[in-house]
Amino acid sequence: MIEFRGVAKQFPDGTVAVHDVDIVIPPRKTTVLVGSSGSGKTTLLRMINRMVDPTAGQVLIDGTDVATVDPVKLRRGIGYVMQNSGLLPHRKVIDNVATVPLLRGESRRAAHAHALELLDTVGLDRSLADRYPAQLSGGQQQRVGVARGLAVDPNILLMDEPFGAVDPIVRAELQQELLRLQGELGKTVVFVTHDIDEAFLLGDQVVIMQQGGLISQAASPAEILAHPADAFVADFVGADRGKRALHVTEVDGRRVVVDADGRAAGVLAP
Amino acid sequence: MNLFLDAFAWLADPANWTGPGSIPQRLAEHLRVSALVLVIASAIALPLGALVGHTGRGREPAVMVSGGLRALPTLGVLTLFGIWIGIGLAAPVIALVILAIPPLLAGAYAGFESVDRRTIDAARAMGMRELQVVGKVELPLGMPIVVGGIRSATLQIIATATLAAYIADEGLGRFIFAGLKTRDYGEMLGGSILVILLALVIDGCFALTQRVVVPAGVRATRTAELRSRPTRSRAVVGRPNTEGNQE
Repeated sequence: MIEFRGVAKQFPDGTVAVHDVDIVIPPRKTTVLVGSSGSGKTTLLRMINRMVDPTAGQVLIDGTDVATVDPVKLRRGIGYVMQNSGLLPHRKVIDNVATVPLLRGESRRAAHAHALELLDTVGLDRSLADRYPAQLSGGQQQRVGVARGLAVDPNILLMDEPFGAVDPIVRAELQQELLRLQGELGKTVVFVTHDIDEAFLLGDQVVIMQQGGLISQAASPAEILAHPADAFVADFVGADRGKRALHVTEVDGRRVVVDADGRAAGVLAP
Repeated sequence: MNLFLDAFAWLADPANWTGPGSIPQRLAEHLRVSALVLVIASAIALPLGALVGHTGRGREPAVMVSGGLRALPTLGVLTLFGIWIGIGLAAPVIALVILAIPPLLAGAYAGFESVDRRTIDAARAMGMRELQVVGKVELPLGMPIVVGGIRSATLQIIATATLAAYIADEGLGRFIFAGLKTRDYGEMLGGSILVILLALVIDGCFALTQRVVVPAGVRATRTAELRSRPTRSRAVVGRPNTEGNQE
């Protein structure tokens, strides 16, 4: 369990990135932080592995204040997946995946064997192990990034807009892949995105943030749609428009669901 | 053309290839002084440049210092130290170190700066210590530019090390100064040709090294050009600045 207690971050230039945040991130679930740029979602994520230190409040992992843990040790125990994969361009795929186990002192042979298994886990062919990141497609690079994040079998996996830079088709593929993985592995995933659809698809808990690092609402997607906390949330999730404002019409005795523009979205199952 | 004939005659004279003060001996001296200067200057400039490039701090002073040092005429510096310390190798070595520091410093910080910030951020987020970030990420990726700086510095050292002969009995410069004094222009030109050849050969070696140190994965990027890789603005490593250094 990850817990934020009265956490704030003000950068030296005076910008407030996070403003007094209290939130509990449940274990073995996916929590998605969603908001537009400047809402402090990435800053909040990076506080968990101490890439950013809060200027006030505490971040606790299973009751331990992360400020008391050596940042390097902390980071080696937490998976981190970032946009553009963040792979080391001068190292082969297999060495990229094995980076952290090798840093932790595992033998090269064991680390490589495990890295090959991880390639299977994320759905990559083992023949790609000897390629360099630049020789892979964007989607493949991102899978390698996920494999690297899983390499030390961490309880916590931090994902910072991991699918932000790939095309929509690959993105949908990767999202399904993540859902499958999460079903198998049950990690505590903290996922940052600015895409509300992605948040609703992946999140067990969705945390909606607004400018200045304020949390507007933290709840399950269904609860957010049913009871948006305020006008900002309602507008952000688009509960009153487009494909989320569905209503039912009768067509030849069957009940058809249509969206706000009148386009058919599906049929109500009897 | 007569001059060149004299020079080749001097180069071809077997008497110039043996005994004390012969071409091989002067060549060895020249290389020794150049290597000594390169080692000293590298020991000062490379860690400093790496620190500037790694932290992103102190870039302004580094640019100012290397710009300022570049403006110093080596012959003037040499004369100054010669008067101060006296005849011998110390004064030319100091003057040449001052000459070599700017390109080394610029190469080191430009090399470290050229590495994609996101790659460094990812390395840190995975749990690399600062020294591991330097050794496993920044150094291998910035190496081609760092070697470029060393190459540029070496070329300048070898060309300018002729000045060592001005106040010390060292190096290929002896032939140039001796030839000038005795009006033996064949010897003078012969000495110059040797310096030029030496500089070209060593520069060729560095050109090769510079290619070899490009990491394989980065070479793959270059040929594949799969995606653009934004990075912090790159500083340009200057070509050898020969103005004011070859009086």
